[in-house]
Amino acid sequence: MTRVLVVGGGPAGLAAARAASRGGARVTLLDGNARLGGQYHRGEDIAAAAGVAVRSGVRVWRVDPDVAYSAGGEWPADAIVLAPGAHDRPLPFPGWELPGVLTAGGAQALLKGSGVLPGKRVLVAGTGPFLLPVATLLAKRGAAVPAVLEARADVARAWARHPAAVAAGAGRLPEGARYLHALRGAGIELRTGWGVLAARAGGDGCVAEADVGRLDAHWHEVPGTRETIAVDCVCVGHGFVGALELPQQAGCALDGDRVVVDARQQTTVAGVFAAGEVCGVGGAQLAAAEGAIAGAAAAGGRASPRALARRSTLRRFAAALRDVHRVPPEWAQALGDDVVVCRCEEVTAGAIRGAVRDLGATDLRSTKLLCRAGMGLCQGRMCAAAARDVLTAELGHVPPDAGTPPARPLAEPVELGALARGAS
Amino acid sequence: MTFRFDGESVPARPGQTIAAALLADGHRVLRRTRVAGAPRGMFCGIGACFDCLVVVNGQPGVRACLAEPADGDDVRTQDGAG
Amino acid sequence: MRRTADVVIVGGGVIGAACAHAAARAGLDVLVVERGGIAAGTTGAGEGNLLVSDKPPGPELDLALLSLAGWAELVEEQATDIELERKGGLVTAAEPGGLDALATLGAAQAEAGVDVEPVPAAALHDLEPALAGGLAGGALYPQDAQLQPMLATAALLAGARARGAELRCGTDLVGIDRGPRGDVRGAVLRTGTIATPAIVNAAGTWAPDVARLAGAGLPVAPRRGAILVTEPLAPLIRHKVYAADYVAAVGSDDGGLLVSPVIEGTRSGTVLIGSSRERVGFDGVVPVAVLRALAAAAVALFPVLGRVRAMRAYHGFRPYCPDHLPVIGEDPGVPGLWHASGHEGAGIGLAPGTAQLVVAGLTATPPPLDPSPFEPGRFAAVAA
Repeated sequence: MTRVLVVGGGPAGLAAARAASRGGARVTLLDGNARLGGQYHRGEDIAAAAGVAVRSGVRVWRVDPDVAYSAGGEWPADAIVLAPGAHDRPLPFPGWELPGVLTAGGAQALLKGSGVLPGKRVLVAGTGPFLLPVATLLAKRGAAVPAVLEARADVARAWARHPAAVAAGAGRLPEGARYLHALRGAGIELRTGWGVLAARAGGDGCVAEADVGRLDAHWHEVPGTRETIAVDCVCVGHGFVGALELPQQAGCALDGDRVVVDARQQTTVAGVFAAGEVCGVGGAQLAAAEGAIAGAAAAGGRASPRALARRSTLRRFAAALRDVHRVPPEWAQALGDDVVVCRCEEVTAGAIRGAVRDLGATDLRSTKLLCRAGMGLCQGRMCAAAARDVLTAELGHVPPDAGTPPARPLAEPVELGALARGAS
Repeated sequence: MTFRFDGESVPARPGQTIAAALLADGHRVLRRTRVAGAPRGMFCGIGACFDCLVVVNGQPGVRACLAEPADGDDVRTQDGAG
Repeated sequence: MRRTADVVIVGGGVIGAACAHAAARAGLDVLVVERGGIAAGTTGAGEGNLLVSDKPPGPELDLALLSLAGWAELVEEQATDIELERKGGLVTAAEPGGLDALATLGAAQAEAGVDVEPVPAAALHDLEPALAGGLAGGALYPQDAQLQPMLATAALLAGARARGAELRCGTDLVGIDRGPRGDVRGAVLRTGTIATPAIVNAAGTWAPDVARLAGAGLPVAPRRGAILVTEPLAPLIRHKVYAADYVAAVGSDDGGLLVSPVIEGTRSGTVLIGSSRERVGFDGVVPVAVLRALAAAAVALFPVLGRVRAMRAYHGFRPYCPDHLPVIGEDPGVPGLWHASGHEGAGIGLAPGTAQLVVAGLTATPPPLDPSPFEPGRFAAVAA
């Protein structure tokens, strides 16, 4: 019996586990969270499938092509499906490191997982459709949401450039309309072409007010439009970044910021499959579609033509969505020198620029090693994209190593004692 | 269920994370940074950013957004490296 | 656009940077070409060790002592903080036999000018409170130091540039133009040829590729070393601490995995855990077994690390020569091609002295120490 190991219990991993189990494999599902479901199904009561051995709270720090490692164990398998998901991509702004500033995904996790509001008066800002459900959920649970700021000014026109995707994603449009309707119903103002410019702390050191303003096409502040809003929480999100470290460790080839997969979701490493956001950020439905195909293939079977067709429709839509809500790299030109970019190591935009100007850095790697941006506990998850944009603006061109994400041999901190115990 | 945060009693519901229970109880500052001593709180909420580190029963570096408290836990603000 | 240079230095790692700095200071017109970014190779993947403790008396120790003085001078003269810490090295021995060997080595090193103090078992914990119990004793080497190798490289290059040197990153050397007697006449870049009588091959582990452009051979090969990095901690480990068997591992010809604990704190609060040595070519995947062995060795030396988390790991490919000595000097078959490579894991600690030897050769001035043990000609038989 084929042993299939699925890493990640979100929509992609769940679909993969179910499909592999249906396909006759012996399936183990590892999930880092206390409860299954990932970010999308957080707070719901989710079961994998009969016959799937679920191991919750298991955080994998390393994957080789035939085995995954967690702090407490080794998980050998004949085939592995990697569905590690994504995290928010936040853009730095003055005060973004203050307590009370959260990612949109963080706010959602808090609401759905623990039933707790991140604040009483919450500004939601960034880009992408994900801001809408977060804002409506905040309002529904009782928070005042003074505004939702979508940085992209011409969302409708941008969509018009993707007629095929609009047609393909027609099924998703009522969902968007529903959220917009809910926003209006809750009296929440949606401002497009606006962004958060700064957050400032009150006496307790936490966010007390935020400056917002109109943004131009490069997401630079339009002079004369700045307003100050009293808030105790700011939720920001500028799209998502796939968690590429496990596929990278396994040796899977990447194309930019996504894992290369074939029609069956198999990576360039035989027996290693990938599904969901690591194959291109596209949301829960696409993740589930890819997961089902990957799981069936990992068990030695094949997915239905219908599943394949659904995946290609959703992929077209996802690609257009990424394009519409693309972050213009020029945003970083306007970032002040004193703004913290790397939160872990407290490295400012000025220090990144200084690595270029004073120390001779010419690429991402030398910049990181010279100013420590990205060398902290999060290993650049929160700052790598921003640091790349700051560097691009400083150099005047995209850094030569921008296409290669840094390797992370440890995907997760692991106690040395636990690591040592496996030593022979 | 209750745990202590810097000596103060904090209620928590089953399934809540430490960060959520603290936030619900009005505590937003979870640590102070190593270099600037600046306050930080929960940020990414899903274990990726390592900004919500607290000391739990003497063990520093615990992600408050992932860890669920046990009754009677001693949770403390993490100062620097803890 | 420049057409000529007194010397073209290939490699923007610590060795190339030190050579550029010394050559520019000697008044030469210097061009540094680096195919990637500065310190992109082995320099950026090390710990920044300036060690005398791990070197038995001999030419490498002499070069290390010379280099220590060179680093001290650099710290005095330039503005960038290269995080030089004269923290001292503490070498521990688990068994009485190991302690005897350590004492013998220390006595010989003292003869050669190394400061070394025997440390009885009872005094170990005064120096390192978190050290494991039951050790036989150790030796303290106050001269052992650490610096941040990237910043040090950047500082050397900045100093060179301030004296007129030019640095071109993202620039490959694609050929070596030679005269009728085989001597270097130019450095061929994609954008054209720089007329120069001298090329310094400071390409580290990739130095054989540069030598090959001139039809020369260089027996430098990669030895992979991995390092675990802990989460930032409150100050815990004061010295560079390693077990006495590290010295044996450095000099070993074993091709398999050798792990010997080398542990130290850094200014940023992390603890660096080395060292592993494997001859596996340029294989970039460090096996889990290596990480486990490093962790086990670290916890054995400092049990308190058992509950500390490793947050990162990295590896480098150290350039080693068959006799574990660097190769410094003019190629016997290619006049004007100067090699400065093969420093294995000691390149940071040997860089200033290496540069002084190279520049003495380039300018035909008396060398600071006997260059003959490092000369490339010693490999004539193998290289042919």
